[in-house]
Amino acid sequence: MPRAVTVLRLAALALLVGFLVTPQSFAPLFAPLTQYGAPPIYDQGNLLTLALAQLATVCLAAVASSIVAVALGILVTRPSGAQFLPLSRTLVNIGQTFPPVAVLAVAVPLVGFGEKPTLIALFAYGLLPIFENTLVGLRTCPPAVLEAASGMGMSARQRLLSVELPLAMPLILEGIRLSLVINVGTATIGSTVAAKGLGEVIIAGLLSSNTAFILQGGLLTGLMAILLYDGLATLERRLLRPVTLD
Amino acid sequence: MTRAPPRSRVDPLGAVLVAAGAAAVLFLPFVLLKANRILPGDPRSFAQVLPPWAALGCTALLGVTGVGALWIASARARLALALGGVVAVALAAAAAGDALTPPGDSVVRIAPGGAFWVLLVCLGLLATDAATRLKPKPALRVLFLAGSLAVAGLALAHGIFDHLSVMREYAVNAARFAHEARRHLALAFGSLAAAALVGLPLGVLCHRLPRLRPGVLATLNVIQTIPAIALFGILMAPLGALAAAVPFADRLGIRGVGAAPAVVALFLYSLLPIVANTVAGLKRVSRAAVEAAHGMGMTGWQVLTKVELILALPVILTGVRVVLVQNIGMVTVAALIGGGGLGAFVFQGIGQTAIDLVLLGAIPIVTLAFSAALVLDALVEILDRVKA
Repeated sequence: MPRAVTVLRLAALALLVGFLVTPQSFAPLFAPLTQYGAPPIYDQGNLLTLALAQLATVCLAAVASSIVAVALGILVTRPSGAQFLPLSRTLVNIGQTFPPVAVLAVAVPLVGFGEKPTLIALFAYGLLPIFENTLVGLRTCPPAVLEAASGMGMSARQRLLSVELPLAMPLILEGIRLSLVINVGTATIGSTVAAKGLGEVIIAGLLSSNTAFILQGGLLTGLMAILLYDGLATLERRLLRPVTLD
Repeated sequence: MTRAPPRSRVDPLGAVLVAAGAAAVLFLPFVLLKANRILPGDPRSFAQVLPPWAALGCTALLGVTGVGALWIASARARLALALGGVVAVALAAAAAGDALTPPGDSVVRIAPGGAFWVLLVCLGLLATDAATRLKPKPALRVLFLAGSLAVAGLALAHGIFDHLSVMREYAVNAARFAHEARRHLALAFGSLAAAALVGLPLGVLCHRLPRLRPGVLATLNVIQTIPAIALFGILMAPLGALAAAVPFADRLGIRGVGAAPAVVALFLYSLLPIVANTVAGLKRVSRAAVEAAHGMGMTGWQVLTKVELILALPVILTGVRVVLVQNIGMVTVAALIGGGGLGAFVFQGIGQTAIDLVLLGAIPIVTLAFSAALVLDALVEILDRVKA
C-alpha cells in the first residue's frame, strides 16, 4: 500500500513537471477539446513562469502570515496578553466565515490591480488557520509538563521556546499547510484581478470558451495544490517523529 | 494556573481601539465624494459634511463610547455603548450622503471612506469582545442576530441610506439583485442538500465498514485541495460533453457552463465535512446506548435512526455548518463560469473597477455566511445541551 502511494506521488510530480517544462508534448491530448483550430496549449504566456509566479506569491504570503499569526498566538497566551484571548478566539471564528473571494474583492479598490490585492487577501486569509492552530497548540500543552519545566528552573521564555512551542509545533505546521493549500486556490482567483498565475490560463479559457485551456489550468493548479499538501504532510511526519510525546 | 492577571485601570483593548478610532477620525476621510461611480473620490472629513449640531452630537456620542471603552468594566454597558456607536456612525454616513448629494442628481457618488470603515471595525471589535464576555445563551444570540438584521433591513427599506454609493448601485440593479440573491441561496443550499443525501449514508457505511474508511476519506480530502475555480473548470468539460451527447440532459439545464458544474463542484466539496463528521459522530455514540437499544428489541434500522444518528446529530450538524458557510463563500466563484449568484456583482465590479458594485455583492455574501454560522452554532449548542 505505501509503495503504491509513493508511485502515485512520483507520477503526479512527473506529470506536473513534464507539463510545465514541455507543454507542447501534451498538445495531441488536448487537441480534441478545441474547436475551430484554437490552440490546444496556452500560448499567451509561459506555463512554467506562471506556475512559479503563483507559487512565489503563495509562499511569500504564507511566510508573512505564519510570522504574524504565531507571534499573535504567543502574545495572547501569555499572562500579559490574556485580556485579548476571548476576543481573538471569537475573531478566529468570525474570520473563517469570510469567503476568501470577498477579501480579495475588497482589497482591490484599496491597492489597485495586480499582485498586491492577491498578496493582501492571501496574507489576511492565511492568518486564520495558523493563528487558530497556534492557540489550540499552546493552550493544550499538558499542565504537568509545564509545571515540570518550571520546576526545573526554566524561565518563562525558556519554557516557551524549548517546551511549549515544540509541543505545539505539529498543530502550527498543520495550520500553515492548511493555509498554503487554501492560498493556492485563492491565488487562482487572484488572476481575475491581474495577478500572475495559472488562473490566467483558466480565465483565458473561460473567455474564449476553450475547454483545453480550462482543463490544463485546472489540472496544473490542482496537481500543485495536492502535491504541496501531500509533500508538506510528509515533511511534517519526518521532522516531527522524534518530538512527539507518547 | 488560572490566577487572573492584575487588572490595570485602563482597559488595554479599549486603549488600542480608541487610539485606532481617533487616528482614523483625524487622518482619514469620513466619506469620499466621487463625481461618478468609477472616478477616485474627493476626501471629506466628519466636520466638513455634517451640519454643526450633527457633527457635534456624533463626536460627543463617539467620545462617550471611547471613555466607556477605556474605563467601564461592565460588559453589558460596553456592548450597549458599542452598539450606540455603530448606530451613530451609520446615521452620520447617511446624513453625509443626504447633505452632499445635489437634489435630483444621480451621478454623484458618496462613498463611505477610511474613517467610516475603521470606526465600524473598532466598534465591532468592542461589541464582539463585550458579547464574548457576556457568554449569551444560544437562543439569545439568534434573537440578537434577527433583531440586528431586522433593524438594518428596516433602515434600508426606509431609504435612510439611499444616497450612499452602495445603495445607488442597488437602485440600478434592484431586480437583478433579488434574482442573484435567490440563485446564490439556491446553489448553496441545493448542493448542501445533495451532499447530505449522499454523505449521510456514505458516512454510516464508512462507520459500519471500517475497511472503507481510509480510502473514502482520503479521496474526499484530495478533492478538497483542488481549487474551486479549477474544479469548476474541470467539470465543464465532461458536463459539456454530456449535454452534447444527451439532448435530454441539455434540456434539464445540465451544461458545461452555468449552474450545473457549480452545483456538482460544491457537492463534491461538501461531501468531506459531512462524511467525516458522520463517522466521528457515530464513533462517539456509547456502545452501552446501542446495546441497550438492541436489548429493548429495536431492529438494526431503528437503532440507527432512533439512537445512533440522534446521538450523533450535534457532530453531524457541525459538519453541515462547515459546509454551508463554505458553500456560501464558494458560490461567489461560480459567477465566473456563468453560474450566477451574488458573485456576479463582485466580478462585474472588479472588471469595471467599481468598488460599490463589488460591495453590493460582497456585503450580503459576508452577512449570509456569518448568519448561517451563528444560527447553526447556536443549534449545535442547543442540541448538545438537550442531550446532556
